[in-house]
Amino acid sequence: MKQAGALSRWATFGPALFVMLALGALPLANLVYTSFHTVTWSGGQATFSWAGLAHYRALPADPLLRAGFFNTIVFAVFAVGGQMLLGFTLALLCSRVRRGRVLYRALFILPILIPGIVIGAIWKLMLNFDFGLINQITDLAGIEARNWLGDKETALASVIAVDIWHWTPFCFLLLLAGLESLPQDPYEAAKIDGASWWQELRYITLPLMAPAIMVTFAFRLVIAFKVFDEIYLLTGGGPGTATEVLSFTLYQRFFTEDRAGYGSAMAIAIIFLCSLLLVAALSVRRRPETAA
Amino acid sequence: MRRLSNRAFTHAALIVVGAAVLVPVIWVIAAGFRTQISLLTGEFLFTPVMSNFAEVLFSKTSDFLVNYRNSLIVGIASTVLCLTIATLAAWSLARLDWPRWVVHVFLGWALLFQMLPPLALASAWYTLVRSIGLQNSFAGLILAHTVLNLPMALWLMGVFVREVPLELEEAARIDGASTAVLLRHIILPLVAPGLAACAILTFVFSWNEFAVALNLTMKQTATVPVAIAKFAQDFEIRYTQMAAAAALSILPALVLLLIGQRFIVRGLTQGAIK
Repeated sequence: MKQAGALSRWATFGPALFVMLALGALPLANLVYTSFHTVTWSGGQATFSWAGLAHYRALPADPLLRAGFFNTIVFAVFAVGGQMLLGFTLALLCSRVRRGRVLYRALFILPILIPGIVIGAIWKLMLNFDFGLINQITDLAGIEARNWLGDKETALASVIAVDIWHWTPFCFLLLLAGLESLPQDPYEAAKIDGASWWQELRYITLPLMAPAIMVTFAFRLVIAFKVFDEIYLLTGGGPGTATEVLSFTLYQRFFTEDRAGYGSAMAIAIIFLCSLLLVAALSVRRRPETAA
Repeated sequence: MRRLSNRAFTHAALIVVGAAVLVPVIWVIAAGFRTQISLLTGEFLFTPVMSNFAEVLFSKTSDFLVNYRNSLIVGIASTVLCLTIATLAAWSLARLDWPRWVVHVFLGWALLFQMLPPLALASAWYTLVRSIGLQNSFAGLILAHTVLNLPMALWLMGVFVREVPLELEEAARIDGASTAVLLRHIILPLVAPGLAACAILTFVFSWNEFAVALNLTMKQTATVPVAIAKFAQDFEIRYTQMAAAAALSILPALVLLLIGQRFIVRGLTQGAIK
């Protein structure tokens, strides 16, 4: 094939390279630079004074960050765990029906397309103490009405439940696509051998689905660590620090309190943490392949 | 007999989940048609009123129509920009022989970038936009949404571009087609369905994005999610109007779901399988 000239090579790749550098790498570099400084504003002018590692040293003692870190872990484990379990069950069920599959799928996709902030608005209404549908239902069932979002004991669980409602469809969709692309021969062989559905699931479906499951899991984990919109509207991190999550802590320190230097150090720490987690998740993913 | 009851059970379970998905959405849309009193008393049957929608859309104190227009501008502009850049780059990286390290480093950086909390970059974007004097325009948010969605678009378009048969491109080259002609008349028509899938997702993600929009917009440039967040922060929350605004804001998603379900499914699943 006649090779394209240097001009067309750069004309096609150049814009993407420029955008990823100017709007991606430059802000990150800026963030690193800022994290070593204390920024003070006077008369619309920012002054950067060298702070060294002081901001980074202050991070571990920050009570808000501690709460945020702890809650984010709890949030990620239960929300993503719940979504994967529910999503996989749904995908298994859906892959068994032929009639109506497209309809079910269209229905289940809906929450993925709704803005996070609107999901927050929807559930703020649903979980309202006075008139929310949830309390109306528990009322019918004879359970005492609760202030789901305002109570320290139920706030985080409520937020997790909302996130499960929001993202289970995403897991379902990816896992269903995985199931639909599985080869059929092992199942026919298993049927001839008289395998039970549990054996089929345990020895055929799960091993074959391992890569799809891990990809979905990694996707979700990354998004769960960035959760912000729903919490912003549902609880604003409260009551107290009951639903404080990492990106909310970052928002408060960086923007609300306008501490750019300290906020940047926190952002870098969070980015570092997320990278570690993803590397861990992806290395788990490799294991079944090498074992096979 | 056992098979039949099995199937009935499966459908029953799926319908229950479908209801769990649909009921909150319908309940909130219905709340948009209620009066505040009707909502507070929790009556099941109510006479629908249009006052909330009228208030949200046409009242002097409400900017919702402006917000809607802003979201459309940002969504469409960033989608067009993002897809153009991503398709060209995806094709370039797949078909022109760039050194392998360039491809790996670039895509690796895109993947890492995808993981960063966008909030952390918002202030840097703001400084950048302000330094070129564009802080009160849509430029900042359009550029931010473009770069935020670029990794996904690069990944998806990479998959679709590689599906184009190499023989077609070679034949066009032998016939003397320039790169521009090749892209316009061979690649573009063949990746069109993939482009549609990618466009729907990019637009929806831009439409939904809140954290960056919150920090990069002012009163005049605020997008729909920013406006909805305002409802919840008012001293006295006007619940029925919040419900009406929420209902209006999911309209584009509903339309896209109805006309483009096939594309959405393709876009969302493509990346994970390949």
